[in-house]
Amino acid sequence: MNTTSEKEAPQSEIEALLPWHAAGTLSRRDAQRVEDALSRDPELARHYEAVREELGETILLNENLGAPSARAMETLFTKIDAEPKRMGGGSFNLSSRFTGWLESLTPRTLAYAGGAAAIAILLQAGLIAGLAIKETQTEGFESASAPSAAPGVGAFTLIRFAPQASFDDINKFLEQNRLMIVSGPEAGGLYKVRVGEAKMSKVELGQVVKKLQQDKVVGFIVTTQ
Amino acid sequence: MQTTSDEVLISRIAGGDRLAMQVLFARHHVRVYRFVLRLVRNEATAEDLISEVFLDIWRQAGKFEGRSAVTTWMLSIARFKALTALRRRQDDELDDETAAAIADHADDPETALAKKYKGTALRDCLTALSVEHREVIDLVYYHEKSVEEVAEIVGIPEATVKTRMFYARKKLSELLKEKGIDRGWP
Repeated sequence: MNTTSEKEAPQSEIEALLPWHAAGTLSRRDAQRVEDALSRDPELARHYEAVREELGETILLNENLGAPSARAMETLFTKIDAEPKRMGGGSFNLSSRFTGWLESLTPRTLAYAGGAAAIAILLQAGLIAGLAIKETQTEGFESASAPSAAPGVGAFTLIRFAPQASFDDINKFLEQNRLMIVSGPEAGGLYKVRVGEAKMSKVELGQVVKKLQQDKVVGFIVTTQ
Repeated sequence: MQTTSDEVLISRIAGGDRLAMQVLFARHHVRVYRFVLRLVRNEATAEDLISEVFLDIWRQAGKFEGRSAVTTWMLSIARFKALTALRRRQDDELDDETAAAIADHADDPETALAKKYKGTALRDCLTALSVEHREVIDLVYYHEKSVEEVAEIVGIPEATVKTRMFYARKKLSELLKEKGIDRGWP
């Protein structure tokens, strides 16, 4: 182990980031910092070339490792088939149904969103699919503590949840504010969310939006009909 | 083209969807296998381990909360399985294996000729690194994991990830120097 020496690495902060810069996994801000430093410092740029060599050879080495035989998959599914059957009606099945419902609502949205947007929408849908939800007889899904009026009646907003919002964060946010997801995700990962059972004036709705947008879970919010 | 996200697959697997498990396996098993193989250095063991890794995913899918990427979660499970398997082996057996790998190459005239090529030498040295150093290099360069993700997979602070990477690369340079290749760093 390298416990002692790992505390005292004699490298600059930018130098430490070079491997991640080469692999393309830095944030835009850090990547720009590294790019700026590389353009100023020829020694750092030379070092970066060595990092890029390592990156290329590591990929080549791993790609030459081949793949496992079909035995691995056979063994896995033999074991899975020997597992006890999953109980029906649990929250996981509800989650799956909710996910399916989201997908069935917006096939075009998902098909056209493409690239990062599609990934973000699906990730968000995956998170929300994990919420404790119950299927209603009308339309939409609501959290256990959400209002019980018909989803088509009331005051509404469009919300895009922050990408880093976790399962728990979103669940808590919906419950604390007594919100109900009516539909979505629409283009751009927006969900139609009911914020009140009765209609609100423009001013009232504006105040609700102002309050909700303070929550870290909310990436974007606007009023809607 | 639209593909189902890993997160959606996991939610389906949690509901007992066998087909979703097949899709997830087809999508990721090669990379997981290579990650494990680089740690345990034994193909049969690596094959056995990936079955165990994906069986754990099948069993624990309902506990996945989406706080990290699915691949990060999978590699964490794979790492745990690989290190457990390694611990079952004798330490001296591992040392001998590493030493033999280096010595064999040095003594073989054909391989010695090939060492004129820097790339071959680099790959040999990457293979000769310790488990900790191989692991961090592969996670960063091959599995494209960020500092935060490596920290989560390996279970160490982010600052330690950076310094471990530094020392892995430093060791790589030392091994290359032993083979007559001086990169001028560190």
